[in-house]
Amino acid sequence: MMRRTYVRSMAGWWRRDPVFIRYMAREATALFVVIYAAILLVTVARLAQGETSFNAWMALLAGKTSIALHAILVAAFAYHTYTWFEIMPKTMPPIRIAGRKLAPGVITGVGLAVSAILSVALFALASALPP
Amino acid sequence: MKRSTQPVFWLLFGAGGMLSATLGAMLVFITGIAIPLGLFLPADLLGYDNMIAFHRHWAGKAFTFAVISLFLWHGAHRIFHSLHDFGVHAGTASVFACYGLALLGTLAAGFALLSIGG
Repeated sequence: MMRRTYVRSMAGWWRRDPVFIRYMAREATALFVVIYAAILLVTVARLAQGETSFNAWMALLAGKTSIALHAILVAAFAYHTYTWFEIMPKTMPPIRIAGRKLAPGVITGVGLAVSAILSVALFALASALPP
Repeated sequence: MKRSTQPVFWLLFGAGGMLSATLGAMLVFITGIAIPLGLFLPADLLGYDNMIAFHRHWAGKAFTFAVISLFLWHGAHRIFHSLHDFGVHAGTASVFACYGLALLGTLAAGFALLSIGG
C-alpha cells in the first residue's frame, strides 16, 4: 500500500503574511517596468517606420485606455521607487562613516530625495525643450 | 575556472532598477499622461518632427536606448528570479523567455534607433 505522505500545499503561500505580500508586490513591479519598455520600443520602431505609422501609434497612446494604463504604470513605478530605496540598506554593501554603519533610514531617505530631485529636473528639462 | 556570468546580469538589473526608480515614474507621467492630455506640457512635444530631431542626436538615441534596454534587463532578471515564488519552475525555457526577450528588445531598439540616422 502506498504511503500517502502529507505535503503542505504551497498555493497562495504569499498571502499568509503581510511581509510576503509586500515582497510579491515589490517583485511584481518588474512586470510594469517591462510593459513600459515595450511601449517605448514600439514607439521608436514606429518612429523609424515613418510619420504615418508613428502618428497612428501616438493616436492610440492618446486614447482613454492608454491613459488609464499609464496611470496604473505611474502608480507601479512610484511603488517601485519607494521599495527600491526601502530595501537598499539591505541590498547594498554597508557604508561606514567614522567606523559607524550608515543608518538604514539615511540610505532610504537620500535615495528618495535624489529620485525627487531627478524627477523635477526631468520635468523641467521637458518644459524647456523647444516646442 | 569558468567565470560566472551572473555579475553582468546583476549589474544590468541594478542599473535598470536605479534608472527606473529615479526617473521612471516621471517619465511615464510625461510621455503617457501629461503630453497626451496636454497637461502642463505642449501636446506636440512628442510629435513626429520633435521625436525625429531628438533621436537624430546621439544623446537622444543614447537616452532612449538606455531606458528601453536597461528597463528590459531589469525586468527580465527580477521576473526570472521570482518565477519560483509565483509557482513557475525556473528552467531553461524561462531563461530564454526572460533574458532572450530582453536581448531581442535591446537589439530591436538599437536597430530602430540606428535606422533613424544621425
